[in-house]
Amino acid sequence: MSEPTEANESVEPTGGSAAERHVRVVLVDDHRMFRTGVQAEIGRTEQTGVEVVGEAADVDQAVTVITATRPEVVLLDVHLPGGGGVEVLRRCAPLMADAEQSVRFLALSVSDAAEDVIGVIRGGARGYVTKTITGTDLVDSVFRVQDGDAVFSPRLAGFVLDAFASTDAPPVDEDLDRLTQREREVLRLIARGYAYKEIAKQLFISVKTVESHVSAVLRKLQLSNRHELTRWATARRLV
Amino acid sequence: MPRWAGRVNIDGMPEAAAAPLAEPRPPRKLYRSSDGRWLGGVARGLAGHLGLPVIWVRLVFVGLFMADGLGALLYAAFWFFVPLGLGGVDAQRPPPFTTETASDGRRRLVARKPDKGQIVALLLMVVVAMVFVGSVDLGNGAKAYLLPAVLVGAGVALVWRQADNARRARWMEAGRRRRTLSLLRAAGGVVLVTAGVSGIFVLQGSAAHLGSVLQAALAVLVGITLLAGPYLVRMTQDLSEERLMRIRAQERAEVAAHVHDSVLHTLTLIQRNAENAGEVRRLARAQERDLRTWLYKPEGTGKDEADEPANLADAVRRNAAEVEDKHGVPIEVVVVGDCPLDERIAAQMQAAREAMVNAAKYGGEGGAVQVYAEVEGKTVFVSVRDRGPGFDLDSIPADRMGVRESIIGRMERNGGTARLRAVPDGGTEVELEMERAEKTS
Repeated sequence: MSEPTEANESVEPTGGSAAERHVRVVLVDDHRMFRTGVQAEIGRTEQTGVEVVGEAADVDQAVTVITATRPEVVLLDVHLPGGGGVEVLRRCAPLMADAEQSVRFLALSVSDAAEDVIGVIRGGARGYVTKTITGTDLVDSVFRVQDGDAVFSPRLAGFVLDAFASTDAPPVDEDLDRLTQREREVLRLIARGYAYKEIAKQLFISVKTVESHVSAVLRKLQLSNRHELTRWATARRLV
Repeated sequence: MPRWAGRVNIDGMPEAAAAPLAEPRPPRKLYRSSDGRWLGGVARGLAGHLGLPVIWVRLVFVGLFMADGLGALLYAAFWFFVPLGLGGVDAQRPPPFTTETASDGRRRLVARKPDKGQIVALLLMVVVAMVFVGSVDLGNGAKAYLLPAVLVGAGVALVWRQADNARRARWMEAGRRRRTLSLLRAAGGVVLVTAGVSGIFVLQGSAAHLGSVLQAALAVLVGITLLAGPYLVRMTQDLSEERLMRIRAQERAEVAAHVHDSVLHTLTLIQRNAENAGEVRRLARAQERDLRTWLYKPEGTGKDEADEPANLADAVRRNAAEVEDKHGVPIEVVVVGDCPLDERIAAQMQAAREAMVNAAKYGGEGGAVQVYAEVEGKTVFVSVRDRGPGFDLDSIPADRMGVRESIIGRMERNGGTARLRAVPDGGTEVELEMERAEKTS
């Protein structure tokens, strides 16, 4: 994971002034090796600003640890013993809804299966990144989620485009079930591997606007016509 | 096919024990032959299993039949207990079912050769039965029961053949016979049995009691069905459940085999090449990709992928995988939508591959190459993006044909467009756009 060739020019959230930013994180993953790896990569608090306050290996543990430590961000594996990431999200729903100190989830998975990914997103996760992500990008994503922003990997963007493209049937809620032209464009650029900054430059909009588009897509994904999406996911599995 | 493994094991038979064990193939099992059979396929099946000419086995059966009908009993026992299968087929004989599938009603008389065999067998049986009846010296009363008994036997045989046909139709597409025919056959069997049974009863009483006897027979039948029904149902359920478990176990074994074969080997290779970071990364990527296709693509198990891809998504992934392996640069692929390949899209795929090669060669230092393909209506869009030092088409000498010919030229010749542009923060992006050919819509 610790590659010498860091992926790109992506924002170094650490810089020298990392101390100002601080985020408390819980790691949920059933592979201890992986937890150790992530811990080693992002857990150097004084450099990255990330403090790992708890770890859990299954659903029950996760719920206990999250309730006890009340982190700002949970890095959540999709495949977990005891019901998977979706179950953790379901049982932590009250914590997510808490207006005062809301816990936010970032799905972290090796899975390529669309229904796994869409499943956790619909369950309330604020984003999805693959485990091949570099440490710097992961730290960046964690901070973005802490800010309440959505984090889409290119692959997730692809899944979402696919999901919304194939819902041909008239949506129940017109406003909700349809992506605007702009949102589609933003998603496409994410899928093509552009960073937010680059998307902003490309579309002549501000990074803030890009963020709000992405958040809107996430909201639509979480709230839109459940049946259509489920059907899509099921059909995809069979294809 | 799991059903072969789950068959009643009859390998304990002496014939099976005598079978040659020189080759390490699975132990041969005794099946009744479904091809070219005269009656139940027992003789053929046995002949195939023992490696003897069919006619010998048949003669032995006929000979045994003379000995107080022992042959018939034996034959019936085999018919009952041995499952119908493909075993015991003589290689030199052309499979008769080919003629059967070609039948369209009119040609059936010509095509149905096995039926001729059946007629011969039937005649033979009648003759043998005559001899048998003539030779057996029974009491006067007992002899009267012979005809009903033969009727019952014939009816049972008919119904069992019917069951065989149903079973055969399940694993062979040859079961195209008319439904009415099979229904008629089953009905004929039932009528024969009923006639025989009631004949026995009628012989005991007088013809006047026929009605009540039939009623009694019916009542007994219904009673038996009611008694045995639940057990039968439960047995079938148990059987199907067991089969399901077996299928699962088989799947698990397959996963284990795959993991063992490819993953462990790759891990070994990685340990051997631990100092060579590039090689390790290449091996790991290739293995990851392989495992992913294997896990998340239920139908394409990744084993038989030698044939050409038929649709866009497969083609893009295949190209990316090949370039990745060759140049050791990770390529991330995102595909939205899918469509079948036509000539234009195939040309676009070649251009995209060229772009991937360029990106991997010249822009691979900056990190993973990103490939995005999308089908929207009739338009297919592919973008290949690297994070390398960038690239200026105008600065390339005019005699260097790489990009101009194999990407831009190729796209334009096929009616598409190609755009190369520098990404604001470094790197190059190639955008390829192509309309799908008309006929595919």
